[in-house]
Amino acid sequence: MTREEIIIAIKDIIETIAPDEETANLDPAERLRDQIDLDSMDFLDIVMELRKLYGVQVPEEDYKELATLNGCVQYLEPHLSDKPLHCAAQA
Amino acid sequence: MADKRELKPRYFKGSSDGKRPLAYDPLAKAKRSYDVIVVGSGLGGLTAANILGRAGHRVALLEQHYNFGGLATWFKRRGGHLFDISLHGFPIGMKKTCRKYWNKDIASRIVQLDSVRFDNPQFQFETQFTREDFTEKLDRVLGVPRQVIEGFFEHIRRMDFFDDSGETTAQLFERFFPGRNDVHRLLMEPISYANGSTLEDPAITYGIVFSNFMSKGVYTFSGGTDSLVRAMRAELDRNGVQLFNSVQVDRIVVEQGEVRGVEAHGRLLEAPTVLSNANLKTTIEKLVGEEHFEPAFAAENRAVRLNNSSCQVFFGLRRGESIPFVGDLLFTSTRPTFDSASLCDFHGESRTFSFYYPKMRPGSDRYSIVSSTNANWADWRDLNDRQYESEKARLVEDTLQCLETYLPDVRGKIDHTEAATPRTFEFYTQHPSGTSFGTKFEGLKVSMDLPQQVQGLYHAGSVGIIMSGWLGAANYGAIAANKVDAYLHARGKPSARVLV
Ligand SMILES: Cc1cc2nc3c(=O)[nH]c(=O)nc-3n(C[C@H](O)[C@H](O)[C@H](O)COP(=O)(O)OP(=O)(O)OC[C@H]3O[C@@H](n4cnc5c(N)ncnc54)[C@H](O)[C@@H]3O)c2cc1C
Repeated sequence: MTREEIIIAIKDIIETIAPDEETANLDPAERLRDQIDLDSMDFLDIVMELRKLYGVQVPEEDYKELATLNGCVQYLEPHLSDKPLHCAAQA
Repeated sequence: MADKRELKPRYFKGSSDGKRPLAYDPLAKAKRSYDVIVVGSGLGGLTAANILGRAGHRVALLEQHYNFGGLATWFKRRGGHLFDISLHGFPIGMKKTCRKYWNKDIASRIVQLDSVRFDNPQFQFETQFTREDFTEKLDRVLGVPRQVIEGFFEHIRRMDFFDDSGETTAQLFERFFPGRNDVHRLLMEPISYANGSTLEDPAITYGIVFSNFMSKGVYTFSGGTDSLVRAMRAELDRNGVQLFNSVQVDRIVVEQGEVRGVEAHGRLLEAPTVLSNANLKTTIEKLVGEEHFEPAFAAENRAVRLNNSSCQVFFGLRRGESIPFVGDLLFTSTRPTFDSASLCDFHGESRTFSFYYPKMRPGSDRYSIVSSTNANWADWRDLNDRQYESEKARLVEDTLQCLETYLPDVRGKIDHTEAATPRTFEFYTQHPSGTSFGTKFEGLKVSMDLPQQVQGLYHAGSVGIIMSGWLGAANYGAIAANKVDAYLHARGKPSARVLV
């Protein structure tokens, strides 16, 4: 996955978890929680989806790295660069 | 000569007759091993099982009762009566939780209650149970300045679990509303009924629950608890979870600090992970055994305080009878002032009524009324049979008299009455002291730390005040499922559903 694809992957997961939220115009530098209605349970679900879809393990102490889309890309790139993108929505 | 009465079909009364003996092997269809065994089918256990089944793990769920649902349950009585036990109301968050961890259909059947009422010597009104409406009532009815109310709500909203000041709820209330016992009552009473917490519990537990519960209304499940559990069973089935009822788990088997499985009906079912939905203390002391934990941890667990239990009175209206709409939920008390301990009083003066109208179960034309109070195990534990029956009769009569102040002609319409006490809850759930809401705050840490003591051992279910109630228990099930899933992945058991 490229950095752009990682963003697509994350947004896709968010859409399955919070289908009422609009992800198209998210500012990648801003905290996700400040832009859409995501609570700590939702972050847990994001982590679980990442594990299920891509086999990535995010330990609890690293959850804070996923606060923004940029943070997600930064943190996940080393784990995802050799994995193909698939969409949670279709899984 | 045979006694004629013996020919009549005998009703089996669990609480006094003990468990009905089984004529079959409830584990006949069980496999030798699973990835996860869930012990207990409360909303915590059910939700965890569903998430783990959906993630492709091989899951078995074992429940000692013949019904699934734990405290989320119901019972039927002759005359077409059906009573819900713990469906008085839950926060809006349950909708999202059901959509994410169950399915859209279940979530779509969560509906808002039409009317919640308070009636006590300090105030009487109807409320939508929203932040806006509480603001309105605090301002207009109780005369609290707007900026104080706003300041309180803002403070509550920003309270951080990881930055706990150690303040108690009483101190928090006193800081914002000094000397205003009526305000404290409004803010605390519904929460005390919802999770057994008191003014002495940490303010942080209050803050978290208040923000969930008293901000966007009270909700219920259209169709009743029975149809919720039926829908959940169907979803578990679709996700490949094997459900077994009437299976008492005797032991969680641990060897060399690692979970091996569970022992039930003289059989070992193997699994590298066991998620216990039984009470936390029961899990550690009885199911696993303290010898498998570090002494300091075992001591920490022993110091965990249990929450209170409950009493309930069930009134079933005769077929064809009806009552006018007097609200869905009524918090009533004749006590002049409020203190949390008195909510547990033996034959106390405070109770909540849930009124169930036909709208609750579309298609039904029946009415029922359920009264609930908090209660202490110690008040009921030592009564002999005769005392027990007479105290129950008194509870029923006191409750009925209170009900008559709202529905003067109700007595003549009722044709089934029954009471549940802490002993009833203890019998049906096996929770120590019949605890209705798990443990006090300190239980949460012990519950979370279990896997560090015994590899593969997890707990989900009412603990720590914030993780109790339908929403808390279900969400805690999801939190625990996430941990189990991470552990199974790390052990290198690839998910059965391979996606690459
Ligand atoms: C009277 C009353 C009214 C309530 N009203 C509400 C309400 O209106 N709204 C709300 O949100 N919450 C309410 N609650 C609280 C809510 O019902 C509970 O917090 C929640 O249902 C608890 O879920 P749980 O996952 O902790 O498990 P529980 O429901 O406690 O279930 C645990 C299960 O484990 C099983 N088990 C235990 N040991 C074993 C064993 N060794 N082997 C096999 N199985 C075992 C038990 O049989 C039980 O089924 C109420 C509670 C009570 C008592």
